[in-house]
Amino acid sequence: MYSEKVMDHFTNPRNVGEIPDADGVGVEGNAVCGDIMKLWIKVEDGRIVDARFKTFGCGAAIATSSMITELVKGKTIEEAMQISNTAVAEALDGLPPVKMHCSNLAADALRKAIDDYLAKQKGAEENNG
Amino acid sequence: MKRIYLDHASTTPLRPEVLEAMLPFLKEQHGNPSSIYGEGREARKALDRARDRIATILGASPREIIFTSGGSEADNLAIKGAAFALKDRGNHIITSAIEHHAVYNTCRYLEKHGFRITVLPVDSYGLVDPAAVAAALTPETILVSIMHANNEIGTIQPIAEISKILKERKILFHTDAVQTVGHIPVNVQELGVDLLSLSAHKFYGPKGVGALYVRRGVRLDPLIHGGAQEHNRRAGTENVAGIVGMAEALVLAALEMDKEIERQRELRDRLISGIMERIPHTRLNGHPEERLPGNVNVCFEFIEGESLLLNLDMQGIAASSGSACTSGSLEPSHVLLALGLPHEIAHGSLRMTLGRGTSAADIDTVLEVLPGIVDRLRQMSPLYDADAFCKTH
Repeated sequence: MYSEKVMDHFTNPRNVGEIPDADGVGVEGNAVCGDIMKLWIKVEDGRIVDARFKTFGCGAAIATSSMITELVKGKTIEEAMQISNTAVAEALDGLPPVKMHCSNLAADALRKAIDDYLAKQKGAEENNG
Repeated sequence: MKRIYLDHASTTPLRPEVLEAMLPFLKEQHGNPSSIYGEGREARKALDRARDRIATILGASPREIIFTSGGSEADNLAIKGAAFALKDRGNHIITSAIEHHAVYNTCRYLEKHGFRITVLPVDSYGLVDPAAVAAALTPETILVSIMHANNEIGTIQPIAEISKILKERKILFHTDAVQTVGHIPVNVQELGVDLLSLSAHKFYGPKGVGALYVRRGVRLDPLIHGGAQEHNRRAGTENVAGIVGMAEALVLAALEMDKEIERQRELRDRLISGIMERIPHTRLNGHPEERLPGNVNVCFEFIEGESLLLNLDMQGIAASSGSACTSGSLEPSHVLLALGLPHEIAHGSLRMTLGRGTSAADIDTVLEVLPGIVDRLRQMSPLYDADAFCKTH
């Protein structure tokens, strides 16, 4: 049912955990549906230098979370904002059709983490200005 | 790696003795039971003998057994057949919130055809209250369908108690006994039911064959029209090999039943208490005693069932879950929700169903690997804060 790549990321998920002094945090999904992703990012000079996640969910949910942390590292905020849920699924050699909707939320979680980062930046600028 | 199969409620392996009994009818004995020449007569004899054996074990008479393609067809024939045959008498049907989809969706279908369905709730153990059945009866009630034991949580219903109430009111009573026949004693007289469904592959028989017990005098509209087979109630040339296999499997199950009940209960309770001792934030689903001998169903908080099953599978263990991802829908199991479990907890369910091949060593292996898997998934879960729990628990 799952591709080898999905099973690899599910079995050995990359970057599991939290970043205590993260620059942005995003949460997507809800427990009622059975999938929640929480993503932490660390940003330096406009680039994402670290990303970590914690996920409650099925194999696809865990694999997409793991994959997006790999995809975003080293990317600028602008580049990271271009990553779509479909791109994450493609990087995993595809997901079963039923999983495309409910368990493919990693890019949305990333977007929320970036929004959180940008809001904090804006707040800091206003305080300084 | 040795595989440990703990999904016997889903299906069971065919017993070698059953295959042996079936083989002649898949090879040289190819006759059609409806033919009058020698080959046909041989097939008819085998069919009659199978019907006698099954009827005897169930406490029925042979004419009360209708062979079907399995449990789902038996449920459909019982419910639709009775509803359409009795539609001049009334249009109300009562069922429970934890029925198998073969019953639940059949009732939903009838709703579209003018029948009124009452779905009775269950308590937190999954038990239907016989008093609630009595209270739901109306002058329009023509049929009640309540399963003997639940396929997910293993809770055994008070069928004999409910049938006493219905007998007084002369209302037809169907029970889906797919999970109990061949596993615990099932006698249609003691249960007092009018219709009872069973399926061969749940008790080490072949897939694609089952039966419906229909008490003498009960009217049923057929689902499948055609020839005069099964006393005009189910057309189509009989699945002779399958039916012979089903009878053989049922006889073998009856012979070892007492011993197996005791053995599986002991393994079941060992597995349940082992899980409860080793894994915190775990709850048992279903009734602690009124429960199928081979059924274990638990919920692990903060994790999701499919990722649990994938991890178990990698360790060689086959089990099932009521999470949305494994049910093929967006909702977790309707049975777990009917118990009053919140969605997020129902997603973390694990069902392990033991069988005649399950050993004490298998249970020990599960108890060795399961805590590590649950802990690993919890460490990954944003819902789980181990430190906070250590402080508060």
